[in-house]
Amino acid sequence: MAQNPEDCHYTKEHEWIRVEDGTGVIGITDHAQSSLGDVVYVELPGLGDTFEPGEIFGNIESVKAVSELFMPAGGEVVEINEDLTDSPELVNTDPYNDGWLIKIRLSDEREMEALLSVTDYEEYLKEEKEK
Amino acid sequence: MSPKRTPLYPAMAELGARFVEFAGWEMPVQFSGPIEEHMAVRQAVGLFDVSHMARFELRGPSALAVIQELTCNDASRLVDNQVQYSALMTHQGTVVDDITVYRISEEHYFLCVNAANAGKDHQLIQLSVPGREAELSDVSGFYAQIALQGPAAEPLLQSLTKIDLESVKFYRFAIGEVDGARSIVSRTGYTGEDGFEVYAPSEDAPRLWRKFMEQGRSFGIRPCGLAARNTLRLEAKMLLYGNDMDETTTLLEADLAWILKMDKGEFLGREALRRQQQEGLKRKLAGFEVLDRAPARDHYPIHFNGQPISQVCSGSFAPYLRKNIGLAYLPIEACQPGTRFEIAIRGRQVPAQVVPTPFYRRQKKQQT
Repeated sequence: MAQNPEDCHYTKEHEWIRVEDGTGVIGITDHAQSSLGDVVYVELPGLGDTFEPGEIFGNIESVKAVSELFMPAGGEVVEINEDLTDSPELVNTDPYNDGWLIKIRLSDEREMEALLSVTDYEEYLKEEKEK
Repeated sequence: MSPKRTPLYPAMAELGARFVEFAGWEMPVQFSGPIEEHMAVRQAVGLFDVSHMARFELRGPSALAVIQELTCNDASRLVDNQVQYSALMTHQGTVVDDITVYRISEEHYFLCVNAANAGKDHQLIQLSVPGREAELSDVSGFYAQIALQGPAAEPLLQSLTKIDLESVKFYRFAIGEVDGARSIVSRTGYTGEDGFEVYAPSEDAPRLWRKFMEQGRSFGIRPCGLAARNTLRLEAKMLLYGNDMDETTTLLEADLAWILKMDKGEFLGREALRRQQQEGLKRKLAGFEVLDRAPARDHYPIHFNGQPISQVCSGSFAPYLRKNIGLAYLPIEACQPGTRFEIAIRGRQVPAQVVPTPFYRRQKKQQT
């Protein structure tokens, strides 16, 4: 199991975002990839597309299921992870680094304040498990 | 109603199985992951719990006659220790269930049927029994059913039984001891690979399962779940009842003419099928490949010449072929390999092409 990094912010839909110089790098969490199982296809938006926080920006498919991807924050897509076209399994093997999905130019960095910290996210996972 | 558990539930939970509800049973959908499990079956050996399937015995001087009336294949051609793939029929020539028929002796048959159809199958057979010299019993609870599938299935199983497995040919079975448990061992499966299904007494099954895992380590064994079972059977174009055929599709439309024996005598659905043979089919189940990286999944809409015509029956990423494949009912004029059509994937019209089936065919052992 990959460690959930401290420098990321998290959503209850199991996405993470890491801010690097005004750019937000977005991916899905280790918990998400593990629940999905083997990822076989990732459908990502086009460069220049803009999204509001919470909007669906793509789909991720495992052998068994399709899941929608939700934006942790608003912004414009400036880069997509091209490696996922040939190697979608990177999302499973390295969800927080090589398995990232998109990079966005953040509309407003303050939106991070509305997201979960690593401690909050892990607490949330624990609560969900006990339900 | 809470789902039932097979005798192997604890043994599978120990191995980290992730369970889902399937046909009223709590079954493992995956262990290490469907792709790894799928590849283990193609290249080594995979272990499956298929105890959720239902098992009946039919005995008596009229047992064969009852089977002959309800099914489309010719069970009179069976010899002792032979298995036959067949189907229980409706009078419209559509499919009640696809089943395997085991001839234990001339007046003793063993039937393996789908879990989801066990109730209606039992009822259908039971209705034919009164006044006949035949007795139907449901022996599902007595047996657990373990499938060992893959090129290493034979050496692994051989290490635990005195049955000479080399002499048990494809779709044949033997009755004997597996690690001391009296079992039916048949060279059958649902993966397109060589392998066996072991029907063992329920109380012995957990021990056998653990023994297979232990002895199988050196063969690269993997426990496998329903997800891998589905992708394996789809690559081999083995149909899934409820997805690929049911009581709304005839045997001919489902491309199962190879199990239809019109000359065997009267049986349910024969007249309807004869009529359909004369009139010609309007649609048929065909295999396709998606010409895109997006997998086409069950129920996605299909368009041909700009018109919506049907839906994907079974569709998935195929782990061994590394392609997106599927099965769908297409107009007969569209069933030729090479024919293009479109599948609506989240609003996008994605091209697909009819391909020959099976998608995957295993290499037969070289004769030396």
